[in-house]
Amino acid sequence: MLTFIIRRLLLSVVVLFIVTIVVFAGMRMLPGDPIRMLIPATEQSDLTEQQIIELKHQFGLDRPVIVQYINWIGGLLHGDMGVSIQRRAPVAQEIMRRLPITLYLGLTAFVVGTVLGIPAGVLCAVRRQKWIDTLITTLSNIGITMPIFWLGIIMIYFFSLYLKWLPVAGYTSPFTDFWLSTKQLVMPVICLAVFPLSSMARQTRSSMLEVMQQDYIRTAWSKGLTERVIIIRHALKNGLIPVVTLAGLGLSMIIGGSVIIETIYNIPGIGRLIISSTINHDYPYVQGVILIVAVFIMFVNLLVDLAYGWLDPRIRYS
Amino acid sequence: MVQNMVETVIGSGIGERIPRVSEWKRFRRVFLGRVLVILGMIVIALFIFMAIFAPLLAPYAPEDMDLSNVLQKPSGAHWLGTDQLGRDTLSRIIYGSRTSLVIGLSVVGISCVVGMTLGLLAGYYGGWTRNIIMRLIDALMAFPMILLALVISALLGNGMRNVIIALSVAMVPGYARFMCGQVLWVKENDYVLACRSMGARNMRIMLRHVVPNCLPPLIVLITMMLGSVILAEAGLSFLGIGIIPPTPAWGSMVNDGRLYLPTLPILSIAPGFAVMLVVFAFNMVGDGLRDALDPRLRGTI
Repeated sequence: MLTFIIRRLLLSVVVLFIVTIVVFAGMRMLPGDPIRMLIPATEQSDLTEQQIIELKHQFGLDRPVIVQYINWIGGLLHGDMGVSIQRRAPVAQEIMRRLPITLYLGLTAFVVGTVLGIPAGVLCAVRRQKWIDTLITTLSNIGITMPIFWLGIIMIYFFSLYLKWLPVAGYTSPFTDFWLSTKQLVMPVICLAVFPLSSMARQTRSSMLEVMQQDYIRTAWSKGLTERVIIIRHALKNGLIPVVTLAGLGLSMIIGGSVIIETIYNIPGIGRLIISSTINHDYPYVQGVILIVAVFIMFVNLLVDLAYGWLDPRIRYS
Repeated sequence: MVQNMVETVIGSGIGERIPRVSEWKRFRRVFLGRVLVILGMIVIALFIFMAIFAPLLAPYAPEDMDLSNVLQKPSGAHWLGTDQLGRDTLSRIIYGSRTSLVIGLSVVGISCVVGMTLGLLAGYYGGWTRNIIMRLIDALMAFPMILLALVISALLGNGMRNVIIALSVAMVPGYARFMCGQVLWVKENDYVLACRSMGARNMRIMLRHVVPNCLPPLIVLITMMLGSVILAEAGLSFLGIGIIPPTPAWGSMVNDGRLYLPTLPILSIAPGFAVMLVVFAFNMVGDGLRDALDPRLRGTI
């Protein structure tokens, strides 16, 4: 077990290293110039070549790519992610300010999705082919294909403009005004929770149906156990194994979705930072955010692998 | 989503060969046995028809502005109303299907060929080839697909070609990992060993024996990928990245209509509904194909 964790961590470090190279080289190979994005097009003609070169020098963009890369990695090891070209502020600081917002939103959505999705799937499996099964299955099929930007807009129309129950957009820290903050979070959280909820309900349903046909479930029935005990104690633990994979995928989808949702609901999280900084070719920001996302997702994948072993002791790590 | 599909498809495996005729009959019976799958087929057929014959179907040209008729409510002349520049929403939705279809097909085509080749090489040769390819794929998989597409697309700049490149790169890892898993499984079969003992070259074994045996689940994956590519493209153009106005794209139409939500919600709702319908259809057909091609589920669904 411990060997497995160490091996996985080492492998993650290798992959992260590749990530940094791909991101760093990729950004510089693609067309576009952060300095040109910094200055409004109207003023660009006023700048002499000399001034542009000076600006480039200021941000170290005139050095060979390999030197820039080594400097960046060196900084990373000290927790320094460089300085934003657009905002001239330390990247790490800005990311740390925004990350909690995205995580708060995303993890809430994930918890909502899991807490509702798994029981919904179990309910479907238990009441197979009854109306409740048809309803949940249909809804979850729609849920996994729903464009979340569209869902977000429909909800704004319905809940904010028509019913006037919720604020249209915005973000308030739960520490300053908890009630307002919660009201503002309802719609973004629903949008982000839809995918994990639906995919987990689908997967739970199909794996529960499979598990319920196993011999040991028949044994449990013949022992005279109640349905409740059979489902919770015997079936669910095995039925959840495939669902755990989806937990990792769901979190990854939430991070991706937060890019869109934070734009719609005007939430100052990581997602919006990615869009603005990529469009501006603000290399240090993009690199920093992408690295954080990659670390997060790889960490989640590691947890998923460990959860497998906990749920199914037959799985041997090798 | 991609990973999800990969998991479900990999989990399936391919069963023993049954005589061709009964195989086809069984396939047809299972595949056409569900109403949603048939509905999905109809939606996809309509979608393709709409994209091909857009100029004949659309009542107006999609980029024609009519400033005396802006933000009209749905009426006989404009079934779905007009937008802030007086362009007919229905016509733009009809032409938008072209954008979606072209991008969907090209991205799935490119990423499938590239991803399959990488996965095939990695799975077949193993060792260092596999290590290098799969670590690279792992690195790409460390990002949510939409994020990868967004960053590449935003850096490349707007335009159809750039979106196709960006989405293709984002889709390659899914195919590669799936194919690698399939090949690892297929190449353990006796018939591969038999071929080798008869002196067949690697190339021949791969193309004549390994690839065809990976095909059925791949078809399912491709169908579902078409849906997710269309969804991802709509997401990008919604954010103003990739296909930008005046070219009609469903995602950017939803975004354009956002400003007029209080007065004319149909501007946003109609194109978004089109996205959902098409993606839903591809997913349902993919589901149906999986049930029909997957022997493990025979008799249960």
